[in-house]
Amino acid sequence: MSVISPKKALLALLWATLLASGSALADLQYNMPVGVTPMSQQIHSLHMIVFWIVTVAGIGVFGVMIYSIINHRKSKGAVAAQFHESTTVEIIWTLIPFAILVAIAVPATKTLLQIEDTSNPDLTVKITGWQWKWEYDYPKQGIRFFSNLSTPQDEIDNKAKKDKHYLREVDNPLVLPVGKKVRFLTTSHDVIHSWWVPDLGIKKDAIPGYINKAWAKIEKPGTYRGQCAELCGKGHAFMPIVVVAKTEKNFEKWVAAQKQKEAAAAAASGKSYSKDELMAMGKKNFVAHCAACHQANGEGIPGTFPPLRQGHSFSASPTMMKDLKDLGFMTDDNKIHMGPIKNHLHIVLHGIEGTAMQAFAQQLNDLEIASIVTYERNAWGNNTGDVIQPSDVKAAR
Amino acid sequence: MTTAATTHAGHHEEHPTGIKRWLFTTNHKDIGTLYLWFSFTMFLIGGAFAMIIRAELFEPGLQFVQPITFNELTTMHGLVMIFGAVMPAFVGLANWQVPLMIGAPDMALPRMNNWSFWILPFAGAMLLSTIFMQGGGPDFGWTAYAPLSTKYGPPSTDFFIFSVHMLGISSIMGAINIIATILNMRAPGMTLMKMPLFVWTWLITAFLLIAVMPVLAGAVTMMLTDRHFGTSFFDAAGGGDPVLYQHVFWFFGHPEVYIMILPAFGIVSQIIPTFARKPLFGYSSMVYATAAIAFLSFIVWAHHMFTVGMPAAGELYFMYATVLIAIPTAVKVFNWTATMWRGSMTFETPMLWAIAFVILFTIGGFTGLMLGVVPADFQYQDTYFVVAHFHYVLVTGAVFAIIGGVYYWLPKWCGHMYNETLAKWHFWLSAISVNVLFFPMHFAGLAGMPRRIADYAPQFQDFNVVSSIGGFAFGASQLLFLFIVIKAIRGGAKATDQVWEGAKGLEWTIPSPAPYHTFATAPEVK
Repeated sequence: MSVISPKKALLALLWATLLASGSALADLQYNMPVGVTPMSQQIHSLHMIVFWIVTVAGIGVFGVMIYSIINHRKSKGAVAAQFHESTTVEIIWTLIPFAILVAIAVPATKTLLQIEDTSNPDLTVKITGWQWKWEYDYPKQGIRFFSNLSTPQDEIDNKAKKDKHYLREVDNPLVLPVGKKVRFLTTSHDVIHSWWVPDLGIKKDAIPGYINKAWAKIEKPGTYRGQCAELCGKGHAFMPIVVVAKTEKNFEKWVAAQKQKEAAAAAASGKSYSKDELMAMGKKNFVAHCAACHQANGEGIPGTFPPLRQGHSFSASPTMMKDLKDLGFMTDDNKIHMGPIKNHLHIVLHGIEGTAMQAFAQQLNDLEIASIVTYERNAWGNNTGDVIQPSDVKAAR
Repeated sequence: MTTAATTHAGHHEEHPTGIKRWLFTTNHKDIGTLYLWFSFTMFLIGGAFAMIIRAELFEPGLQFVQPITFNELTTMHGLVMIFGAVMPAFVGLANWQVPLMIGAPDMALPRMNNWSFWILPFAGAMLLSTIFMQGGGPDFGWTAYAPLSTKYGPPSTDFFIFSVHMLGISSIMGAINIIATILNMRAPGMTLMKMPLFVWTWLITAFLLIAVMPVLAGAVTMMLTDRHFGTSFFDAAGGGDPVLYQHVFWFFGHPEVYIMILPAFGIVSQIIPTFARKPLFGYSSMVYATAAIAFLSFIVWAHHMFTVGMPAAGELYFMYATVLIAIPTAVKVFNWTATMWRGSMTFETPMLWAIAFVILFTIGGFTGLMLGVVPADFQYQDTYFVVAHFHYVLVTGAVFAIIGGVYYWLPKWCGHMYNETLAKWHFWLSAISVNVLFFPMHFAGLAGMPRRIADYAPQFQDFNVVSSIGGFAFGASQLLFLFIVIKAIRGGAKATDQVWEGAKGLEWTIPSPAPYHTFATAPEVK
């Protein structure tokens, strides 16, 4: 058997690794961010206080232990003392940790009470978690929109070079004014999510049936990134949060522009479109809202997410198979088939109860749904020739 | 009780051989061996899942598995390691050692002992089989939060629920058996306050198990009725409450954490005095600290869910109660240190694992204290900082103690010494790689990486590369453990009865290997 001492070999390796990695660590973020709100800054200092306390405690305890390991070893001729049980010592080493804990609890309590004081906000934003996107609603301003991951699938699949903000970029960021007390109300439409932006010092669960409160007063303009922190299904890694903090003047400008944009979108839903126009819009909207489950090629995921490509085989749980057949979207030999337009619209608008198929009625406007349904019925060789206009969607709602 | 057991033991002269021996055995040593091999098998399976997870997280982008599979892997890794590897390993050690340490001829309820083991392989196989089911295995994390596990769970969730029930039944029966054995079958003179600490910690753990496994059973049963029988315990739309699930789950979950660490405290409290050649500094305070930790474990559960939006008063209460745990835990660490102080130490492999346990578990305890501070927890919650924390207490805590315990008692079990050089290699490879694996996770978490994500932003890559390399090295090192154990079973230097120079206690008075039946006549303890 081998006789090389493992200690020597491994210590050498450890040093080599440390030296090699030392240079790479230069501009790496490895600590909690200080952040840009009074609360995030207080949290950071609390974190550092406790960190230093445990570091000192660790050095003390491990120091005694290491001293003992070096000096009180049999090979050095140490003879074991036989002392044990000392009430005085035991009382002292119970009281010291207690005193330290009180010292930690006092500032922690103060900070916590401030964090929980969500009264008198200047602005309220309602945040709803969806699988797998965020909805932001400014009730006073009358603005409401969804915020989706904007990283292209090709980057995720390693077919394209990854952007600097890979997985931390969205189509519509949450825009907030600086210097104002913003109150966030978080809830969820489906499973539990958690809205987390480290620089704001906020992590609040978004729970169906609950409305949780948090607040932030952002001190300087900038872009602050975070992501969902509670496991919420297969898209958990893919629902980032981007907050853009603007000066009050720029925020007002943004509010006006956003209102105009929403009005234009509503007007667009009142018109009719050619099949080609709908197909082009449909492809874009399908990728943004449907492809996460049904896949860009319409082939779905076996056993979980049905394909949309006609003739494609699929098998899943008996209830899901029954739903698909009842709605006319599956043939008797378990192949996907484009069922009646009426049912198609119903599924997209209202979802399928008890499955992952969401109701899109609140999420998408008439034009978006019309384009998606048109696209699904004609893409991937489905070629049903059906054209669905926004007015059809409006009628089906 | 002991006299009845003495006369009874004489009848077991013939033992069946081959598969029948193991299938029908009521012998505590055989059953202990079965538990330990089952545990090690599950450790390797759960470890294989972890290797795939680490491979996927080696760089940003999706390389090996799709997100759904990734979620199944993290779920299975947690379930297999907790219910398949760590808990059965401790029950296995208890089966072997508790009767030997208290001078009993066997466990109090030998047939139930057989049954509580043989439920495990079936429950474990059912759990693992869900991976191959239509719609995939459970993919909602081992915590199975509603509604992700109820309304949105895959069909295989029902098999997960059934196997959790079976695992729970097995644990409860094991716990009843251990309590009955300890309370009724101690040798004359072995008063409660003379019991070895491993026996004490297991006695307290067994009570925890009986108290909380039914709570878990209740939680998953409510999940089942929500899924199939029209109830709405956890569905807000039906008048229920998704947060209720978390309260019930963690009322089980927090004591569960201590179920996995108290016996580890016991093992380390046996090993350190042996190799320091000095009695444990504060035996009775160790017993009281264990009891205090067990008590506190019932009143701190909501610290796992500070971000669900509790009222400030609730958050304050759970913060104060949680940080209090630091006191009995600190008392334990001080005691181990004081035991080593002015001892006459040697550093055979079990001692190395025990010392590593004390240091690394303490680091896990420190991060636990940090996590208990609510405002800071808002930043740590559900990040890799938490992953680092609980792997320090579970891997370098529980698992290190188990491995240390195996090296410590292996010569007694098989009659041969293991190869000390190889065992030291195993230790140093593990102790270094485990830190390379888990230490960078603290940084990744503080920098903003959430846990349970299949893909991550590029700024977290450096930490993940280091963690993955450490992970592969740690995983490979455990194969060496398998080799060392098999080699020791097959042969090696003959172990003496006492095995270790400083070892004290009844288990070291019997021959090595321990005969099939021991203490047919109860020993006298002075």
